[in-house]
Amino acid sequence: MIGPVLDGVAVVLGLNLLLCLVRVLGGPTGRDRLLGVLLTGSTGAALLAVLSVSTGVPALRDAALVMTALASVVAVARLRAETEEP
Amino acid sequence: MSAGLLLEILSAVLVVAGAGFFTVGTVGLVRLPDLRTRLHALTKADNLGLGLVVLGLVLQAGSVGAAVKLLVVWFLAMPASAVVAHLMSRGGGLGATGGAAEGPGTPGEGGAGGR
Repeated sequence: MIGPVLDGVAVVLGLNLLLCLVRVLGGPTGRDRLLGVLLTGSTGAALLAVLSVSTGVPALRDAALVMTALASVVAVARLRAETEEP
Repeated sequence: MSAGLLLEILSAVLVVAGAGFFTVGTVGLVRLPDLRTRLHALTKADNLGLGLVVLGLVLQAGSVGAAVKLLVVWFLAMPASAVVAHLMSRGGGLGATGGAAEGPGTPGEGGAGGR
């Protein structure tokens, strides 16, 4: 009985991903766009974790782990480039 | 009522609550007016949502290894979010008017420093 619940949550998280893209496309500064990218990474990790349980594919769990780890690396690299380059 | 059904209900409640927090964070990111208020919406609601979703999924994971891997996702996301929030709200770099030179946490210039 939890299958339909997980599918509905996956749909809601996918809609959240699309809403994040609104901020990425229309953010006034680069940091606003970066915020949108970070939320995309975190929402995408949750979406992949939900799908890994709902479909029973264990590789999606590893994909969620990689997505979480890479989102922070992207943010730190981007901010570092901002502060070093005048 | 069996224990399995109880676990499924608890898991469904946790996952749905996490999705609700994600939705609140996304709406905040889209609708709030300033960089720092957006940061506030993102780093709190987002982490709580991820934690609730992961807790709900751990109950359905099936094996200890899968459950630990799901928990590692959350434990990686928490320090990353804290570090990113600190770096991004410090000012300095692009678009800030001397926010880094004024020291930490001058609350009056929140709107001007963010843009």
